[in-house]
Amino acid sequence: MGLGSASDPAIELVGIDKKFGAVHANKNINLTVAKGSIHGIIGENGAGKSTLMSILYGFYQADQGEIRISGRPATIRDSQAAIASGIGMVHQHFMLVENFTVLENVMLGAEGGQLLAKGTSSVRKELKRLEDDYGMEVDPDAVVEELPVGTQQRVEILKALYRGAEILILDEPTGVLTPPEADHLFKVLRVLRDQGKTIILITHKLREIMAITDTVSVMRRGEMVATRKTAETTVEELAELMVGRRVLLRVEKGDAAPGNVLLSVRNLTVKDSRGVVMVDDVSFDVRAGEIVGIAGVAGNGQSELLEAIAGIRKPSAGEVWIDGKPAAGIDPRRLRELGLAHIPEDRHHMGLVLKFEEYENAILGYHRDQRFGRGPMLDLDAIRKEAEEKIAKYDIRPPNSRLRTANFSGGNQQKIVVAREIERDPKLLLIGQPTRGVDIGAIEFIHKRIIDMRDAGKAVLLVSVELDEVRSLSDRILVMFAGKVVGEKSGDANEQALGLMMAGIAA
Amino acid sequence: MDYFDILISILGSAIRLSIPLLFTALAGLFSERAGIFDIGLEGKMLVSAFAAACVAHLTANPWLGLLAGIGVSIVFSFIHGFASISNRGNQIVSGVALNFVAAGLTVVLGQAWYGQGGRTPQVPAEGRFAPIILPGADAIREVPFIGPLYANVISGNNILTYIAFLMVPISWWVLYRTRFGLRLRAVGENPGAVDTAGISVAWLRYRALIVTGFLAGFAGTYLAIAQSAAFISNMSAGKGYIALAALIFAKWKPVPVMFACLLFGFLDAFANFMQGKSVPLIGEVPVQIFQALPYILTCVLLAGFIGVARPPKAGGVPYTKER
Repeated sequence: MGLGSASDPAIELVGIDKKFGAVHANKNINLTVAKGSIHGIIGENGAGKSTLMSILYGFYQADQGEIRISGRPATIRDSQAAIASGIGMVHQHFMLVENFTVLENVMLGAEGGQLLAKGTSSVRKELKRLEDDYGMEVDPDAVVEELPVGTQQRVEILKALYRGAEILILDEPTGVLTPPEADHLFKVLRVLRDQGKTIILITHKLREIMAITDTVSVMRRGEMVATRKTAETTVEELAELMVGRRVLLRVEKGDAAPGNVLLSVRNLTVKDSRGVVMVDDVSFDVRAGEIVGIAGVAGNGQSELLEAIAGIRKPSAGEVWIDGKPAAGIDPRRLRELGLAHIPEDRHHMGLVLKFEEYENAILGYHRDQRFGRGPMLDLDAIRKEAEEKIAKYDIRPPNSRLRTANFSGGNQQKIVVAREIERDPKLLLIGQPTRGVDIGAIEFIHKRIIDMRDAGKAVLLVSVELDEVRSLSDRILVMFAGKVVGEKSGDANEQALGLMMAGIAA
Repeated sequence: MDYFDILISILGSAIRLSIPLLFTALAGLFSERAGIFDIGLEGKMLVSAFAAACVAHLTANPWLGLLAGIGVSIVFSFIHGFASISNRGNQIVSGVALNFVAAGLTVVLGQAWYGQGGRTPQVPAEGRFAPIILPGADAIREVPFIGPLYANVISGNNILTYIAFLMVPISWWVLYRTRFGLRLRAVGENPGAVDTAGISVAWLRYRALIVTGFLAGFAGTYLAIAQSAAFISNMSAGKGYIALAALIFAKWKPVPVMFACLLFGFLDAFANFMQGKSVPLIGEVPVQIFQALPYILTCVLLAGFIGVARPPKAGGVPYTKER
């Protein structure tokens, strides 16, 4: 390898077309990926990036079109065929068996015979070689679930390399990584490229595209709308191509005017169901008219902190005061009466009942309200009328309060939750991952609503694993690491400094 | 009878009672480690007992009886697989339904064919698995301790008993030393990992269920033509559920499964022995208390008192490729 000139195509997709029922996921897609390059594919959720890559990896069959690998037409019926053609994929949700060792995971599907003994020793040898060649160090006998997320991802890459992958597809690889881990991943990807491997990077993060790719292709609503040399494009141009209109990438907000303390947390300690301390003696205040953001890598106690304040999880020690009233360990219904609203991190598990129709979700948790009925009876007309007002105000699409919630896109589902909680006019708003799985247009809208809340004198506590989001919205940033608040920065804090704090290196 | 003789007799009976549990629990081990809950073990045991009894009666050949028991049990596995793997139905519902089918079908067919209220006719002696006297059993019978233990507990069992114990290391070896075992354990934890490695999830799970049917066939056959000499309606009497309890108790591992089954078999034998006897200071203890012990122990375990029992992560969840 390495001899192929940069212009040789590793992959050519010609006229790929795919429909799922009424949804036209890929419309006549043409794409050429040069050998030995890092090619980014960017687009909003539902733009068809993942479908296209799943076709390339043999998860789905295209209705029409041709796939050529190194110039030769290839039929990829299943993942086995993709692997045989030298394609490896690192999925967004790792496809690892968590209670297996690294070795067993790498071996799975490529055991080299009916018995494991022979495969085990050859995997061990090969892992050593990959470690030497690419600097991808990992203990073959470690159990995967005990490894940090960044290392688990390395195992996924090793799995592909062990199978002889020349073309590596990475689907949203940095979503779960700390900034240093992401940097390390990029370093590895550059080494792989320099050794002649071809890398396709799927992401919705414009910054990553600019940082690492050689070429970038933009998808929108199932179509491939543009391909650019990364060096010759800008973030603004790519954003516009993705959304189809000009987008405000920076959140515009004035200075905060903090007032009284509305949320006060003192020495809060929270344990998870296994009894492990997830939030360790945390204290902070949030004032009226300010947004306090909590930054941190997923799993460092932010979720548990949010759940404890929202009354979903009982703290094992400490105090919470909402507008001067004790609020630790009381149930969510009474917390709502104190003026708390909560947009949970996971809208599917906590925020919505996906099988309900939209109007039912629009009052979830507020069904006891006088306006929505009397005694045990619900006033459906009043509920639907209010749901339709919110649909209009929040531009929820399709504008149909009788549609099943599962049939809305992620961004519109999130808007249903946001509308429900914000329109209650709470004093204190807790928001977890406000824009996870939400497309750029809706992100802009939701961010604007959050700023409006602040400007109306509400207190907002924001938890997000998207550092950019925390930085652009927050007036103050608290960084959590291993259950503790390890530092506080102002909203315009420098990213490197925050990244180091998130990794527990600097305070 | 002195205490040692009593112990020997309870142990011998414990072995006999634990064999159907052992076969069935190992059967359940293969399907559950592959991510398919099988509450229908009870039903498989029942239909295979019926089939074994019928064929052994007809042919006077225990091996043909065993073959029939295994065959019918595998057919039931395929029905379970068709419902829960191919059509992604609820595994519990499918299993419970098969148990009802088994309980009803065996009695209906038995009545229609033999007219003895669901019983099958007595299987002749040559159609049963007879006890095997191991070499030297009689010679060392008189040696203290070891003699009676060897002669009455270890020797004198039928061939299926020895096969059952042989199945333990074989199951372990298959699960941990072969490609099939690695993939089977993987598919029970994360079928997505198996699918993306280019392996068919459905076919892998079907193969696991075939193994389950195979082993459950031994259990039913044992009940009908080794432990007894005919099929009696509902003769499995909840053993399929106790085996599931043993499987959970053993945290889905082959060697602990053996010990769990021996423990539950021992409790059963002890319950039989205690029938009508009085305990000092307490008086006569209802035999049901001993019969309930396996379930109580399992509940205690599930409540987390004896470490955490972590079931295979993908258990009970039909696999669908995500969009």
